[in-house]
Amino acid sequence: MPRLLRHALFILVPLIAALAIAPAVYGNHLLLFNLIVFMTLAQGINIVYGFTGYLPFGYVGFFGAGAYGFSLAVMHLHASPFAALALGALAALLLGLGLTPLFRLSGAYFAIASLAAALAVLQIVSNPALEHITNGPYGVSLSGVFDPSLAYAVALAILAGTVLLVIWLRNARFGLALQAIREDAISAGMAGINVVRGRVIAWLLAALIAGLTGGVYAWYISVFYPETVFSGEVTVFAIVFALFGGTATILGPILGVAILYGIYNAIGISTPQYFQLVYGLLIMGLVLFLPNGLVSLLRRRGVDVP
Amino acid sequence: MFPESPLLAIDGLVKRFGGFRALDGLSFYLREGEILGVVGPNGSGKTTCINVISGLHAPDGGSVTFAGRAIGGLKSHQLVRLGINRTFQVPRPFMSLTVRENVAVAEAYGGKPQERVDIGALLASLELAPLAGRRAEELNSAQQKMLDLARALATSPRLVLIDELAAGLNPAELERVAARLKEIARSGVALLVVEHLMGFIQEITDRVIVLNAGKEIFEGVMDDAIRDKRVVEVFLGAEDEG
Repeated sequence: MPRLLRHALFILVPLIAALAIAPAVYGNHLLLFNLIVFMTLAQGINIVYGFTGYLPFGYVGFFGAGAYGFSLAVMHLHASPFAALALGALAALLLGLGLTPLFRLSGAYFAIASLAAALAVLQIVSNPALEHITNGPYGVSLSGVFDPSLAYAVALAILAGTVLLVIWLRNARFGLALQAIREDAISAGMAGINVVRGRVIAWLLAALIAGLTGGVYAWYISVFYPETVFSGEVTVFAIVFALFGGTATILGPILGVAILYGIYNAIGISTPQYFQLVYGLLIMGLVLFLPNGLVSLLRRRGVDVP
Repeated sequence: MFPESPLLAIDGLVKRFGGFRALDGLSFYLREGEILGVVGPNGSGKTTCINVISGLHAPDGGSVTFAGRAIGGLKSHQLVRLGINRTFQVPRPFMSLTVRENVAVAEAYGGKPQERVDIGALLASLELAPLAGRRAEELNSAQQKMLDLARALATSPRLVLIDELAAGLNPAELERVAARLKEIARSGVALLVVEHLMGFIQEITDRVIVLNAGKEIFEGVMDDAIRDKRVVEVFLGAEDEG
């Protein structure tokens, strides 16, 4: 059986099936929805950081752009949720295109510049002067399209598409080319790889994923403030989840979200006063002992982690 | 001065870094299947010359013509597809990819669709076959240099620029590398070899050029170069005439 098919059958299918059945056996629908959202975002980070080496601290900007693209389409164009999702994705893609000059920067400079860009977008949408368009700092209400069950199913479909994309990257020569760019851009050029094009494609794919996720998030919760969908916490969580599991793999970000988001909710419900302490210690432990994520534990034993 | 339609013709090449002229009107040519040695003291412009021809730096003046086409200012991946490749003085493989993946990605993106390269045979010819499944970071420096060369050859090049491949190799390895380079040249690939080991240069090259301060000061066979007054001067310093 080809590797791609094997990965789809043994990773993607069980994951999506489990998340599809989960609402029937577990009552906290919002928690499950957020789990899907973070799994998708962590895979988006995986594509841009794991495969090309650029760490976008401002990744939430695409999520927010998607959420607002969705909301504006619903409020002003009275678009159907699916048309609004497409417009949300388009908004994120346009933002991604507009930010491509950031690729002149690298490392921490890129990370910080992308964060600044996300904050700039937040300041624009929450500006009171734009109240007649974005509703400014007062947030949006989309009660007309509220349909959490359908939004959940669509979010699951977006996750499925995203994981499938990562499975493809893990098995196709384009994924190898992206990893070559991450390892050494000059050498990648000498391998005949168009470095600029590879980076831009990965960046736009990641933007598209976050835009769709932001759109479906807006649809699901339907009432939110600008700070909710541009919260730096969203990026930090997605990055930590992806790194905890291990990037440039299919399983890493999935495991990272399942474990850390599980712990997050367990502590948050039982002993919220210790939450930051426990989480901080976990992240320090990760950086000190497992910089390449959980999957590196298996890698060191010679296991080829998909 | 140039023979009719050389594979590579460099004419009056200039490359400045701030006020420093790393290449200052450099001209030379290279024929198909020829091995040209490029020697000169540190800072004479050898590596800069390779960097300009391989698209890492855009030239500030002069022309670079490859197979009849002006290529100055093209990007690396475009040059690779035209048939130019290189190795690096400090090898730069894709460290976390396996040896095979390092070569396969170059073959897939830089190779010519009409001439597929047998990766297994290529790795075997550079003594990398037993390491095919290892990550490049596990290789020693000499093996990483061979991997750089394997990646270059995987793109079916017509010209390979080789930047100090021999440094750090033991005599037995040197002999095998020399034989391999001659074999590559016999198959029609032109090689530009930058090297400090004069014995190695003498053994493999047809012709050498000597650079000093970004200019060519000698062109000819190695035996004549070591007797040339200007060449001796730049390597050993001018004799005190006082």
